[in-house]
This record gives sequence, structure tokens and C-alpha cells, in this order.
Amino acid sequence: MRSIIPIGPFHPLQDEPENFLLTVEGETVVDIDVNIGYIHKGIELLAQQKTYDQTVFLVERICGICSITHTVCFCNAVEDLLKVEIPERAKYIRTILGEIERIHSHLLWMGLAGHFIGYNTVFMWTWKYREPILDMMEYLTGNRQSCGMLKVGGVRRNLEDSRFPALLKTLSEMEPKIKMLAEAVQDDPVLKARLEGVGVLTKKDAIDYCVVGPTARASGVDIDVRRDDPYAAYPYLDWNVIVLNGGDVYSKFLVRVLEVLEAIKILRQAVKQIPKGDFLLEIKEIPPGEGIGRYEAPRGEDIHYVRSNGTNFPERLKVRAPSFINIPSFTASCIGQQIADVTITLAAVDPCYSCTERMISARDLSGNKKYSQKDLLEISHQKTLEISRNLARPADLPKLKKYL
Amino acid sequence: MENLVLYLLAFLVFPGFLFTSTFGLVVSWIDRKVSARIQWRVGPPFFQPFYDLFKLWQKELIIPRSAKGMAFIIAPFIGLAATSLLASIIGIINLNPEYQFVGDVIVIVYLMMIPPLAIIWGGFSSGNPLAALGANREIKLMMGYELPFILAVVTVFFKVGSISLGEIIQYQQVHGALLNHPSMLVAFAVSLLWLQAKLGEIPFDISEAECEIMEGPFIEYSGPLLGVYKVMMAMLHVVCPWFLISIFWGGTSMQGWGILWSVLKFVFIIVLVIIIKNTNPRVRIDQAVKFFWGWVTLLALIAMVLMFLGY
Repeated sequence: MRSIIPIGPFHPLQDEPENFLLTVEGETVVDIDVNIGYIHKGIELLAQQKTYDQTVFLVERICGICSITHTVCFCNAVEDLLKVEIPERAKYIRTILGEIERIHSHLLWMGLAGHFIGYNTVFMWTWKYREPILDMMEYLTGNRQSCGMLKVGGVRRNLEDSRFPALLKTLSEMEPKIKMLAEAVQDDPVLKARLEGVGVLTKKDAIDYCVVGPTARASGVDIDVRRDDPYAAYPYLDWNVIVLNGGDVYSKFLVRVLEVLEAIKILRQAVKQIPKGDFLLEIKEIPPGEGIGRYEAPRGEDIHYVRSNGTNFPERLKVRAPSFINIPSFTASCIGQQIADVTITLAAVDPCYSCTERMISARDLSGNKKYSQKDLLEISHQKTLEISRNLARPADLPKLKKYL
Repeated sequence: MENLVLYLLAFLVFPGFLFTSTFGLVVSWIDRKVSARIQWRVGPPFFQPFYDLFKLWQKELIIPRSAKGMAFIIAPFIGLAATSLLASIIGIINLNPEYQFVGDVIVIVYLMMIPPLAIIWGGFSSGNPLAALGANREIKLMMGYELPFILAVVTVFFKVGSISLGEIIQYQQVHGALLNHPSMLVAFAVSLLWLQAKLGEIPFDISEAECEIMEGPFIEYSGPLLGVYKVMMAMLHVVCPWFLISIFWGGTSMQGWGILWSVLKFVFIIVLVIIIKNTNPRVRIDQAVKFFWGWVTLLALIAMVLMFLGY
């Protein structure tokens, strides 16, 4: 017997509104349907009405966690349009901020993953470990999140060299705790039983669905924008891309733990090598043209496309966040799983719905007629009437009559 | 007539409903406080569980249109009544082991199955697919954990040579706690795992599973009815450990230092439950059933073999 189990729009599994319809037979999931569109913010249209400097603040608010990701990505796109090279110090500052963000984003996910499988101690502990790194963000930039540091051509404010020793101290205090977490994950038999072999995304599926970031790297696909199409200071630093072959939730967990350790390594080198000097390149005007920015967000590759027509407003901004690519892979990883496993599998790609939201344009079946708002409202009214006609209690029918 | 008043007092006040529910809410405070300390949090103040319950009782009672008849309303009260009865039986026999009760341990084991059955019944009658799924899981889990537990209890029967709770306690007063025997230690370990599943604590809180099926059978319950379930669960947190202490650990006593020793035994078991709860993720239902029918049943059989060998 088939029944439909809804996850969302309001569900303890995710903090953002989204809707998964799981078609289940007993406890086994046979089909999955993903509905998004609850929190569309219209960022791309808004960006066309703002100057380039204002747009930086706008894209910072696409996602609460990836605030550095989207700003750097947008700046990369505009700088690609301008064909300029930003000052070395600005590159290092972008790297430092980006890696701090990666650490706290991964720790956030690990805590949530613990919570989703009922392991609240892991949840609380990882979030406790995450706190000092957010404090460090505040100490360096003035804000835990959305720090407004980025500007086209470099960074808006300098980072003071005198504040780096505190960062190094925080990192060295954090490293043993992360290592402990990595060992705990590898040693705990119950955790392993719960995560290993669950929600496997094979290498072929990973390539077919074009997944990015830790989701791809856990399935043995060796991609990382930081290495493949370098930006900021990554080419000057020595670090590794973590690739595991399992494809299951356990590998995704491990990839993220190991990436936190890599991020600590990158931060140490960046702080040591950061040059003195200018941190902002003066940009006078933006010529007509188009540019693409790529950035390795904690969740995968983020792409911004910017087209300019010579004014100080972008003519078009297009954002393609990593979750947009990763979410369709649920079809490959969730079908055939049990409900208990599907929840953690859904969470394992670290989906972020605020970045994924898209406008939907509705056409009729032949594809010729595009429905306007008025048409859609009318269809909606008809549908409501139809439902009330079928479900109405006999007592209510007279009231409905005048509409029928 | 006098007896009837006494029975009613035992059922409603001490050691039945009032005493056990108050004690149970204190236990739930211990649970929340210890969990909070393990997780580097501060935890709630002492009266928080009472405030929560008071709040629930003031709230509006919502009965979904999809709920089936009276079952939705009656189920929590049946669970509560069964738990109160359990508390009064176990309490009276612990106070006075010579007391001849018509039933015996088998009745107690039966009564202990009623609270989960009430949860299942309430879940199915609420007409919500997630509640049905949770109730479904509860059935599977119950089939899993009851088999090894009954084997462990039967081991005690053979050791003592009686199925009466009073006689089991008296035997322990003469010969020392049953836990002194290795075979009983194994049976006690089996019972502790049973306890974890019975109380619906992680790793066996599969039927509730907040992040998967949103509290499962309880999803449609709100206000006073949810409060009744909360009281029932709090009472189970007293009754089940109390039963284990009675059959394995010499029972509880109300004289002199005996009170302190009884409370210590109780706190030991509860803290053990809380620690297991906080150091494990939730397992899947198939893993849980496999675990109980495989390893735990094997352990229970080992206990029985050891007991027959005289250990």
C-alpha cells in the first residue's frame, strides 16, 4: 500500500520552508518530489535596481551562512568583466574570511546532522566548538555574520595584523577538538551503523546529476574550484582536495570534518604569508560586457553571472547556488531507502533553500500560452471551488451555491 | 468497605498516581538537567516540568476532524490508569512483601505492555499518516524488546522458584540481592536494554523520532491530552526502574537508611539511562529489532543457561 509522507513546509528536519513528498510503501521510499518556492526573495531583479556597491550588500543577504561566498563570487564576476587583478593583500583577506566561513558552515552542518539522527550531544558540542570561530569573525571584521567586508576591487576594510595571533590561538585550540570529532565518528560503532552505506550516491550518478562540492567529493569526483579555477590566494598556498569514494552519508560527514582541518591549514599559511600594502583597487566605472565569477562555497561551486551595459547598475545578475545543483540528486540517493535514512540523506547535501529559490513561469501544455497572474488566480479559484464542492459538508452547500 | 477506601487511596495517592507522578516529574527534571550538563548547557530550573504540565492543562484541547471517535481521547487515560495501577501494585508489595496479592509478576509484565498499546491505539486513531507510521514502529519495537525481557524475568522465576513479586523480594531479603549472581547480572543487563526501549529513550526513541516523523503517535495530541501522556511517560520512568530494583536488586525499603539506599539505587539506574541516551544516535527500526532478537535474546539465553548451571 502506498501512502505519501510529507516533509515540510514546516518540519523539524529543516529550518527553512521546503516541501518533500515521499511516496512510501511501508517504510521504504519509492518516489520523491521536491517542491520549493516558499521564500522567493527576488534578489536577481532587485540587483538590477541597485548600484554595484549596493549589490554587494544585497548578495550578502542571499544566505545567512554563505555571506562571504556570494559577495566574493559577485566581486569575482565583476572583476572578470573588468579584467582587473586585485591587490595581493585583498586576495589573502578574501581567503581568510572564506575559510573561516567554511569552518563554521561545516561545523554547523555536523551539529545538525547529529541532531537529525537523534544525537543531540554531538549537536551541542559541535556548536560549542563553532562559537569561538564566530567570535573570531567578529573580532576580525566587527560582525559574526554578514560583515560587509567585500567591495568590487578588493575589500572594504583592512584586517589588522595585530589581531592575527588571536586567530592562530583559536585555531590551535580548535584543532584537537575537530580531530577528536573525526576520531569519534570513525570509532563509534552505532554512529557508523547509522551512517555507513546510507543514501549512497554512486560516482556515475554524481557525474550524471552534476553535483558539486562535498557531495561530489564524497562520491569520488575530484572537483574543487579553489584548485581548478583558482581565485583569491589559493594558488599560493599548499593544501589538498579531500576526496573519498564511499558516496554515503558517512563519507560526506568525513569529507566535511577533514575539510575543516584543511581550512585550518590554509588559514595558518595565509596568516603567515599575507603581504603588507594596498587592499582596495579604485574602480571608476564599469564598461559594457559580461563576467562570470566562480567560488567554492562550503556546499559546492557557486556561480554568479553579471552583464553590464555601461551604467552603474548591473543589467543582469544571475546566481546559481550549489544547492540548486545538489538537490535533484535526491532522486538517485533517496529512492529505495527507509524513511529514517531519507531524512539524514536529505540533510547530507547540506541543502540551502534560500539560495535555491526560483521564479516559476507557467505555460499551458502546448507551451505556447504563458499564464499571467490573472489567469493563474482564476485557475486557483476554480480549483478551490472544485475542492469545496467535493469536500463540503451538506450543511455548507447552500452557502456555496451562489459561487457554483 | 474499609479495604476499598484503602485500595482507592493506594491507587490515587500513595504509592499510586499522585506520588508516582510527582516523583516522575522530578525524575524528568533530573533527566533534563543531567542531559543539559552533558551537552554543556545550563538546564531548566527544578519546577520546570511542573510548569510545563500546568501550561499544557490550561491549553485548548484540539481534536482533529480525522481522529476516529472516542479512542483518540480515551487512549491516554487508559495508559495513565494502567501505569497508576502498576505503581500501586509494585509500591504496596515493596512496602509489605508478605502481602498476598491475587496477581503476580506476570500480571505486572502484562500491565507494563498497556502504556505502549495505548500510545499505539491513540496514534492509529488520530488519522495522521505520520502518527500511523510511528504507531507501526512502536508495534515492531514492542515485539522486539518484550521477548528477551520475558526470558530474563523467567530466569528470575526459576532462580527464586516463585512467580510472586512478594516472594521474590522476601527471597532477596534472606539470601541477598539476586544481582550477586553472575547469571542475574546478565539478566539485569538485558532488562536495562529493555528499560531504554520501554521508556522510549534514544537510541530506541524510534516511534517518536522528532526529526523523521515529528513525535510520531503524539503528533495530533495537544493541550490536556498531551499532558496526560507526559504524566504517563514520567510515571513509567519511575515504575519500570522500580520494578527492576524489586526483582533484581532487593527491592526498596522505607526504614532508616533503607530510604537513602533505595533512592540511590533508583538514581543509579536513571542516570545510566540518561547517559546511554546522550551518547548514542537513534537507530533504525530494523536495526533495533535485529539487535533485540539477536544479541539481546542471546544474552538472555546465556543468563538462563548460567542460572541452570548454578552461577
